[in-house]
Amino acid sequence: MLNTADILETIKMIREENLDIRTITMGISLFDCVSEDEDRLCQKIYDKITTRAEHLVKTGCNIEKEYGVPIVNKRVSVTPISLVGGTLSPEGYLKIAHTLDRAAKTLGINFIGGFSALVQKGMTTGARNLISVIPEALAETSFVCSSVNVASTKAGINMDAIQLMGKTIKRAAYLTRDNNSIGAAKLVVFANVPEDNPFMAGAFHGIGEPETVINVGVSGPGVVSSAIARAGDCDLSELADVIKKTAFKITRVGQLVAGEAARRLNVPFGIIDLSLAPTPAVGDSVAQILENMGLESCGCYGTTAALAMLNDAVKKGGVMASSHVGGLSGAFIPVSEDAGMIAAVERGALTMNKLEAMTAVCSVGLDMVCVPGDTDEAVINGLIADEIAIGVVNTKTTAVRVIPAYGKKVGDTVNFGGLLGYSPIMELNSYSPAKFIARGGRIPAPIHSLKN
Amino acid sequence: MKAVITVTGKDSVGIIANVSRVCADQGANILDITQSVLSEYFAMIMLADIDRLKIPFAEFVDTLAALGKDMGLDIHAMHEDIFNTMHHI
Repeated sequence: MLNTADILETIKMIREENLDIRTITMGISLFDCVSEDEDRLCQKIYDKITTRAEHLVKTGCNIEKEYGVPIVNKRVSVTPISLVGGTLSPEGYLKIAHTLDRAAKTLGINFIGGFSALVQKGMTTGARNLISVIPEALAETSFVCSSVNVASTKAGINMDAIQLMGKTIKRAAYLTRDNNSIGAAKLVVFANVPEDNPFMAGAFHGIGEPETVINVGVSGPGVVSSAIARAGDCDLSELADVIKKTAFKITRVGQLVAGEAARRLNVPFGIIDLSLAPTPAVGDSVAQILENMGLESCGCYGTTAALAMLNDAVKKGGVMASSHVGGLSGAFIPVSEDAGMIAAVERGALTMNKLEAMTAVCSVGLDMVCVPGDTDEAVINGLIADEIAIGVVNTKTTAVRVIPAYGKKVGDTVNFGGLLGYSPIMELNSYSPAKFIARGGRIPAPIHSLKN
Repeated sequence: MKAVITVTGKDSVGIIANVSRVCADQGANILDITQSVLSEYFAMIMLADIDRLKIPFAEFVDTLAALGKDMGLDIHAMHEDIFNTMHHI
């Protein structure tokens, strides 16, 4: 039976602590759209997406209304386009990007992910052609998101692909220079990419997935942050318990919404992504959680340890609340999307070095980091290679979403607006890794014994 | 199926009457009410059976929200499952 305290707790989480479902993402396989004819391929892709996801937004809105919990984004992810486009020309791939954008617009969804390539070991002609038009695709469309997996623990690191990505990111930033280089914010470079991730910009519908699937990403840093504040001066074992219990409750809401969405749309339920995804709203911050744990500022010594504990406790609490867990699951630490992270950078407490260390113990990686627009391509390649190496060696997902904001330098701020937030330009070490990067080839897969 | 209706805002005459009228008109059977007034601040939690609702639940939510807007109150109706899922294993 319901009691008043439980009801009030839930309502407080939603109205005061920003509890929300960050996204319902419908994954759609496009393998059956494959065609030698470019126009026919595009038409089939458009038809399939708009048919399968026809009721996604409306269903999401209804669930949101009936359960009283905000569902911030409704999104679609599709089979990596490099696998569907085959040997299309770069122009052909660009045409598909426009098709995806058109479908997203028709559906009224927030983003569509899957303009992607998996090149951890090597690059097909299709993947190369797709990557060559990523900057144009992101500049000429509004809803399309792109990702490239350049490494995995099993395959090692494809340094040729990383070399290509520095150039691609810089060009994406340049082509969208009139709009704060936002193109680069819609492109992620991954190691060990999950194939069922509902979060953008890295979502795509993996090759082992069913025809269609519903994946849900939960959120709620504000709820965890408030629970920690309420816990007072308890020791860290107790604090871990508080985080677990809170994560459990948040995830249960995700499970409820996912189950309902799957049932109403008659699509199988895939996974819940147990994530603490911040927003720029005050109080909805992962950095604030760390500070409530007792750090003077996110970025000080102790941050990596606190984040490691938080990330682990979120997973432990969430796992029991959901029947299937997947995606990126963990605490996100994007800079521009988190008011506490932004403040920590502004006060000089959070540097690139610390941020990189933090990514070794939490979900994703260097996310939404704005760097000077004139950053050398090789420096960006080096930054990607380091982050990717952390993921490959530690058998975890890591990613880089870095924005070399055109015309901006250290001291400037970039404002994307909305959920993407704003960020000061962060300083990078400008010594050059160019010769190392130019060697190309592959860094072999790491050994998994002799662990030290 | 049950819904939890929460009403908060400045106290005035007829809050319960108006909310109950909407429930009665739309076929929601009120099962329980907890209510308090703390220095002019009105707070009520109502549990209602919505099995015989005459309109879709989403529309019922809108109707109550609109009533809240007219009366200067915050009225939310939420499906009970969100509370059950979160607080009971």
